[in-house]
Amino acid sequence: MNLRRRNGGRSPGGQRLTIDPEIVLSLRGVTKTYPGTPPVQALRGVDLEIRLGELAGIVGPSGSGKSTLLHIMGTLDLPTDGEVSLAGHQVSALNDKELSALRSRNIGFVFQQFHLLNSQSALDNVADGLLYTGTPIAERRALAEAALNRVGLSHRLDHLANKLSGGERQRVAVARAIVGRPAMVLADEPTGNLDSKSSDGIVELIEELNGEGITMLVITHNREIAERFPRQVGLLDGLIEYDREPAGV
Amino acid sequence: MPAELIPSKLHSRDILRTSSVGLFTRKLRAALSALGIMIGIASMVAVLGLSESSKSDLLAQLDRLGTNLLTVQAGTGIGLGNAQLPDEAVAMVERIGPVDEVSSVSDIDANVYRTDYVPSGQSRGITVKSVDVDLLTTMQGTLAAGRFLDEASSTYPTVVLGAVAAERLGILDLDGNPLVWLGDQWFAVIGILDPLDLSADLDRTAMIGQEAAATYFDSENIPSVIYVRTAPEYVDTVMGVLGATTNPENPDQVEVARPTDALEARDAAESAFTSLFLGLGAVALLVGGIGIANVMVISVLERRAEIGLRRALGATKRHITIQFLSEALLLAVIGGIGGVILGSAVTTGYASIRGWGILIPEIALIGGFVAALVIGAVAGLYPAIRAARLSPTEALRTT
Repeated sequence: MNLRRRNGGRSPGGQRLTIDPEIVLSLRGVTKTYPGTPPVQALRGVDLEIRLGELAGIVGPSGSGKSTLLHIMGTLDLPTDGEVSLAGHQVSALNDKELSALRSRNIGFVFQQFHLLNSQSALDNVADGLLYTGTPIAERRALAEAALNRVGLSHRLDHLANKLSGGERQRVAVARAIVGRPAMVLADEPTGNLDSKSSDGIVELIEELNGEGITMLVITHNREIAERFPRQVGLLDGLIEYDREPAGV
Repeated sequence: MPAELIPSKLHSRDILRTSSVGLFTRKLRAALSALGIMIGIASMVAVLGLSESSKSDLLAQLDRLGTNLLTVQAGTGIGLGNAQLPDEAVAMVERIGPVDEVSSVSDIDANVYRTDYVPSGQSRGITVKSVDVDLLTTMQGTLAAGRFLDEASSTYPTVVLGAVAAERLGILDLDGNPLVWLGDQWFAVIGILDPLDLSADLDRTAMIGQEAAATYFDSENIPSVIYVRTAPEYVDTVMGVLGATTNPENPDQVEVARPTDALEARDAAESAFTSLFLGLGAVALLVGGIGIANVMVISVLERRAEIGLRRALGATKRHITIQFLSEALLLAVIGGIGGVILGSAVTTGYASIRGWGILIPEIALIGGFVAALVIGAVAGLYPAIRAARLSPTEALRTT
């Protein structure tokens, strides 16, 4: 990882920040209110810590605040109130440029709609995972090839994204998310657009990658899938309903 | 803490790659919007190129003809009646210092026909004039056939035909020693002139010698037009004194002109059209620019998900702006290059058809390209900023 960790400093507000290097992501009292009449409270005080190497499923029905939580964890959105710290960085203290820098190296995203560039090959789609890190293209492609091999698509390197099956596309998206070895991978309903067979394949891939030490957070409305993961965080009406950790942690 | 973060970075080569992928994904749309710019630039380059080429042709023509030929004739107009130049006009003009050559022509009251059977009304617009033997030298004219009048032939019934006159009489060469019926007798055609650039009048004239005119038509050879060649650096000075020298009593009854002025006036009239066409080219360019802006706005709307993805991958707002701006610029550059090539091709083609020297001013080439860039930048800026302002969550929410 490319970040040096800060040495247990204090935030301007004097609040003690996470110094535990095992904690990748920490949310404290996170609320999110969308303006409107009446205002919508999507999150109402969420506390959550994700440790390095964890595999957690965040599960909840639609409207429970899953998407908002994903966006805040992925630094794509800022909380109305509360603290988010990711890989030792207090997110609220960062400007747009710094947030982009944080995302480019520390977070890998997997989306329900895959979000691949259809006119590009699988290889270039994965290589784009490193586009904004300043890595030279030859190196990006080499890493992308390795990542595609890892997800079992070594025979599809030069296929255009729109020529792949749904399951293959999501594997490409997973490869793109892990190509830069981020501190954490956020998967938003990764099986939502897949048939059950492809869906199983993706869940297995996520488990395997976690087994290799990659921190994985999977957001889903599907309890069955979430129950396959060691840790399950239930979300309901913007609050954490339950947080089941594996025994012995 | 921010110092610990390695900033997001996008290499310039990646900017080019990313934006060209964006364009080539939508080939037809990109091609059509580049075409708009191309037409605008092409028309501007062609208009400038053609006007320069025609101007260079005019300059070459003026160079060949010389701008030091002046004409003097009796003024026409209200109150001047049937003004004539004085008898001694030629001698007076010859006395002006910087005048190199003087030649006069006089009107003869006669018509010329191919044969004596042609009815007298059908003179076909050909006039008969008596001329100085050195007229050809003064006019810097050339002969298509035969020879010009000289001291000897001037006294005999011989005639030299202007280019148009010869054509109308159906005499294309001197084979068989053609004769024409001039006045009341046969004249031998001894020469045919090439067209004279500076005197369309003489092209339609049958020219006879002054002695012959006196002999056969009782002409006093009072000059109707005097052609004057001056030293080039004194043209203006000579023009100033010609009136008073030719007719000291009534200098205002003398009309002094420089035939090349007419050519320049014609060119000035064409320049007015050049401005008009340039204006039309600018309008085409503007429409092309609006086309690019339109395509980019649509593109930003359609590609919200892509924008969201790029933000998730670590693109800053600046990276998004740069990507969309460079797509617009790339469109404009493609259109600009195409336009410069097309415009040059049109200029080259048309100039060769007209027999002009091909001259495409550098300002048109560089200016055309720069104009395309500016249009692209202006057209692309607003959509690019809109794309960058899109919040990542907003962008990702759309599918």
